[in-house]
Amino acid sequence: MPLRGDAAAWEKAVRTIRDTWLIFDRSLTLSLRNPVWVIMGILQPILYLLLFGPLLTNIARMPGFPPGGAFNVFVPGLLVMTALFGSAFVGFGLCDEMREGVVERMTVTPMSRVAMLVGRSLRDVVLLLGQGLILVVLAIPFGLEINLGGVAVAFAMLAVIGLMMAPVSYTLALVLKSEDSLAPVVNGLALPLLLLSGVMLPMSLAPDWLQTVAKFNPLFHAVSAIRALFNANYGDSEIVVGLVLLFVLAFATIALGARSFSRSAE
Amino acid sequence: MSPEPIIETTGLRRTFKGRGKGAEVEAVAGVDLRVEAGDIFGFLGPNGAGKTTTLRILATLLPPTAGTACVAGFDVAKHPNEVRKRIGYVAQAGGSYREATGREELVIQGRLFGMSKADAGKRAVEILDALELADAADRTCGTYSGGMRRRLNIGIGMVHRPAMLFLDEPTTGLDPQARARMWDEIRKLRDGGTTVFLTTHYLEEADALCDRLAIIDHGRIVAEGSPTELKREIAGDVITIGVNGHADQVVKLMAGQPFVREAGLEDGLVRLYVDKGEEAVPSVLRLLDGHGLAPSTMDLHRPSLDDVFLKKTGRSLRETAA
Repeated sequence: MPLRGDAAAWEKAVRTIRDTWLIFDRSLTLSLRNPVWVIMGILQPILYLLLFGPLLTNIARMPGFPPGGAFNVFVPGLLVMTALFGSAFVGFGLCDEMREGVVERMTVTPMSRVAMLVGRSLRDVVLLLGQGLILVVLAIPFGLEINLGGVAVAFAMLAVIGLMMAPVSYTLALVLKSEDSLAPVVNGLALPLLLLSGVMLPMSLAPDWLQTVAKFNPLFHAVSAIRALFNANYGDSEIVVGLVLLFVLAFATIALGARSFSRSAE
Repeated sequence: MSPEPIIETTGLRRTFKGRGKGAEVEAVAGVDLRVEAGDIFGFLGPNGAGKTTTLRILATLLPPTAGTACVAGFDVAKHPNEVRKRIGYVAQAGGSYREATGREELVIQGRLFGMSKADAGKRAVEILDALELADAADRTCGTYSGGMRRRLNIGIGMVHRPAMLFLDEPTTGLDPQARARMWDEIRKLRDGGTTVFLTTHYLEEADALCDRLAIIDHGRIVAEGSPTELKREIAGDVITIGVNGHADQVVKLMAGQPFVREAGLEDGLVRLYVDKGEEAVPSVLRLLDGHGLAPSTMDLHRPSLDDVFLKKTGRSLRETAA
């Protein structure tokens, strides 16, 4: 491990931060130049909000439905869905960059390999937070009640979901190299994660075995935590469980992804 | 004495996992190379000969399975970052992103090499001017013509003024005009002091552009030298004769003639290496006629790099490259 005050380690850290910023800046500029994916990403949750949300207002009176209004239960789920889809499919963009030789070109520079991953992932996080914000604002007229503190922590959680999923998607892209191979793998991963998270309907309505399975899904805890945050139940243990779980997983996937980038050329 | 070589490899090998359990494909099978600074060095060979794999090892993209490679004074496996600071690399896939502008690509590349925003901007303008891309600087790369995009990609590789530039098939797929333009750019780089290492499967390109060449086949270097030296190995002229079904007989007949230095059968054609082609042709015709053998085709030419390749490998590069 580098010692404190070690000039080389310090230089390396500065370089990593600088390169991360450069890649973040470039990726964000390019994403906003051609925002088709960004718009597609927000369109789906908006449709759910408009066309599915109203169905829940009656179900919300059923026994077993968690406390809080229908939209305070539904919108946290939609936010997690937006975060999941906003990060699970980012590998497609990387396949495109690889095909044009961009990744290889940057690999033959002394730039930080961590920055290649984290710069892009932070771009994805910024985009998904923007999408989430639009969604929350649109949901207020439907009866979503918000408290700023809770929403702020909820958005931090969404950011960590992005930092957990984007590296997975990038790693898969580096290994599989083509959109055609990537699509089924990402779908196969994202769909069960989504279904087992209680996004559409709360998992409290599910049979016991399904609830047990869902407990192994980090996104289930994320959804529960964000619901608690939106309802100002700050004492809910799910908030701590969700945050710790997501942070640990994000740390692991970033480490994995950075490794994949430094070996991407092989 | 020649100075320190800018590239030196010894026993370079690279194997890949093949199909089937434990199967291995040896893409580079023991390459010893020495490239002097200041040359345009060509790596000529058919597709799949190991050109790109060797290039990728030298450009730090791929660790060698065995052997060592020193580029610009550093071992590629031990000090890849030191090598990266000193080389430029332009892949066959290109490197510029179609949704970014030419200027953006040059600036970010400069910044990734540690330049300040202002310096990278200045350097981008210099390169855009030198490559006559200034008018297209703020258009996205996707709108460039094939030749413009290739020039930009080379410009991206040159941002940090590397001593050594690697180009993987720089002219493949370009029309003749754009190719000639690219050759000019590559010569300009060499004249400016950059060593250029390029791969190609075009004989004309290797012959016209490169100062020195290595011919590679099945992961091994089969010949090395300047194009002139290589062709000189095949003294005299080459006569190729098509004879339907009597090739062996013709080879035997010709091999015994005093004016034939060497006779052989390659790719179904009889090839004769002779001192003076224009004098030999009538004698060949008379001999064939005297033995009741009628040639279907006959061709006389000065030795080309393809003859060198053919002599070394028994196959024609024109056919393998097709």
